[in-house]
Amino acid sequence: MSTSTAATAVPAPPGGSSNPPVKPAASKAGRREARAAWILAIPFCVLFFMFTAWPVVQSLFMSFTDTTSRDLKAPFDVDFIGFDNFTKALEDPVFRKAAINTVYFVLVGMPLTLALALAAAVALDKGITRFRSVFRLGFYIPVITSVVAVAVVWRFLLQDPGGLINSALGWVGITGPNWLGDPNWSMPSLIMMASWRNFGTGMIIFLAGLQGVPQSLHEAAAIDGAGAWQRFRHVTLPLLKPTMLFVSVTTAIGYLQFFEEPFVMTQGGPLNSTISVSMYTYNQFGFGNYGLASAMSYLIFIVIAVVTAIQFRLLRERT
Amino acid sequence: MSVDTRPPASVAAAAPTKSSESGMVGSSRNGHWWLYVILVLALVVVIAPFVWMVLGSFKGEGELRQIPPTWWPQQASLDNYTQLFSRLSFGTYFLNSTIVAVVVTAGNLLFCSMLGYALAMLEFRGKRFIFVAVMTTLMIPGVVTFVPLFVLVANVGLVDTLPGLFLPFLVAPFGVFLMRQFILGLPKDLLDAGRVDGAGELRIFRQIILPLCGPALATLGILTFLGSWNNFLWPLVVAQSETNYTLPVALALYSTGQNSTNYGLLLAGATVVIIPILVVFLVFQRRFIEGIATTGIK
Repeated sequence: MSTSTAATAVPAPPGGSSNPPVKPAASKAGRREARAAWILAIPFCVLFFMFTAWPVVQSLFMSFTDTTSRDLKAPFDVDFIGFDNFTKALEDPVFRKAAINTVYFVLVGMPLTLALALAAAVALDKGITRFRSVFRLGFYIPVITSVVAVAVVWRFLLQDPGGLINSALGWVGITGPNWLGDPNWSMPSLIMMASWRNFGTGMIIFLAGLQGVPQSLHEAAAIDGAGAWQRFRHVTLPLLKPTMLFVSVTTAIGYLQFFEEPFVMTQGGPLNSTISVSMYTYNQFGFGNYGLASAMSYLIFIVIAVVTAIQFRLLRERT
Repeated sequence: MSVDTRPPASVAAAAPTKSSESGMVGSSRNGHWWLYVILVLALVVVIAPFVWMVLGSFKGEGELRQIPPTWWPQQASLDNYTQLFSRLSFGTYFLNSTIVAVVVTAGNLLFCSMLGYALAMLEFRGKRFIFVAVMTTLMIPGVVTFVPLFVLVANVGLVDTLPGLFLPFLVAPFGVFLMRQFILGLPKDLLDAGRVDGAGELRIFRQIILPLCGPALATLGILTFLGSWNNFLWPLVVAQSETNYTLPVALALYSTGQNSTNYGLLLAGATVVIIPILVVFLVFQRRFIEGIATTGIK
């Protein structure tokens, strides 16, 4: 990080001074350069257009049509039905339940993940001096693992009689709930697992952010008599705000799409208590309701776009 | 979980008394012993599920159903693994996952560095447009595009084939972003030096620029491989017959289908999904973590 920014700063003058003299005589060289650039750009652009840009547009198109799996061979030979798919989705009680669950997952899971990440980062940055890299490595391990695989493992850990977690709670005299079987506990179970799996990413980013907090500010505050909590609150936290904004937004965007956890652990149950918008979208796709599924996925997309826009807005206000 | 949330407040609360005694902030003390205790406990909580998974994969069905659960296998055996690879075809799924991840990684390394270089160092018409188009799609999630993508792949007859699994992922905006950022940091003089020596534009890219991109390529390669290995939604949609399953698809479908109560088998399956990536991670961990920190902040 620091090396790349340093490198961009240094070579700029020589590059800037050597380029203009070449330019005038360069109409031929310039054309050669442009041709090479396009040769380099075309493979990416073709694949990108086919598999990313076009589907984004077509998804929007499909969300206003009654496309089903039977229209597979002729995707343009379908009827426009205006906003019907969107109203149908928003009036569907299961979709509403899925939306509420997704919001629940984000609003509880994101702060919890953030708190764990910040706690771990601050402890590793300021609290200890030895074995830092061991802890950093260890806390990061769940992040690299497949959600499907850890969901399979956690399903066993969370089993009501006989699961490792309830057995461990039993040793200290607590009777654990039927985590995945009780509609009130199923969502907290998924959130617990997601936070466990994901806080390592935030921790790494916070650690990088903490290194940007100058030690001299801490020392100055300490000389002025600020305690460690005050220094954390008034020196570290304000300087960490952009990092915090970034981590919360990326975490929220990830959690808005949560899918594997309910798919493997609960299949959306019990009583739809863990069904997510992504999962319901996938189910509608499975039933062949492509138009409806597209509309639902665009609803997720709109929320993500709004969250991203808010982030940019807040970041710009700050700088 | 509640144990983990304590450190920040308590770290902060305890640090001042000691540092004001010594009159220094951030002195070379080793930290607080109780913080080490909390961190070790947290580490145990974080790692325990994996240890339990690996140990459980050597247990028999009977033992896995015991209440309270056992920690060490009473009778360790490889039965679950032999079943996994003989009765179920986890060898095939493993191979599919590997092929898809390798092809996707190679595609991203090649195509993203090519465009990244063009965007960073060359002048051409349409450059701004490409850059803006690629960057605006950086945040678009797979759940938005999978329906029309499926229609597209179905129309060209690639549903339930390996190319259908990897083609849509050969390029990603993230890779262009990463490579462009990195190449912007290389001195532009390299380009002029190459031209003076009479090297063609493509040769400059291949023989001068690309060899200097090692760190960025390593980061991109590792992150892409990991993303592909763990990818779930798209392979779930496209791979329809067992011969084309990737590991996560097979594991998810077995765990929710006919083998949902076959505990030992599922734990062995989860181990087969997780352990290879864990080994890759431990070998390249520095690069990994730098990559996350860099791309996270940038």
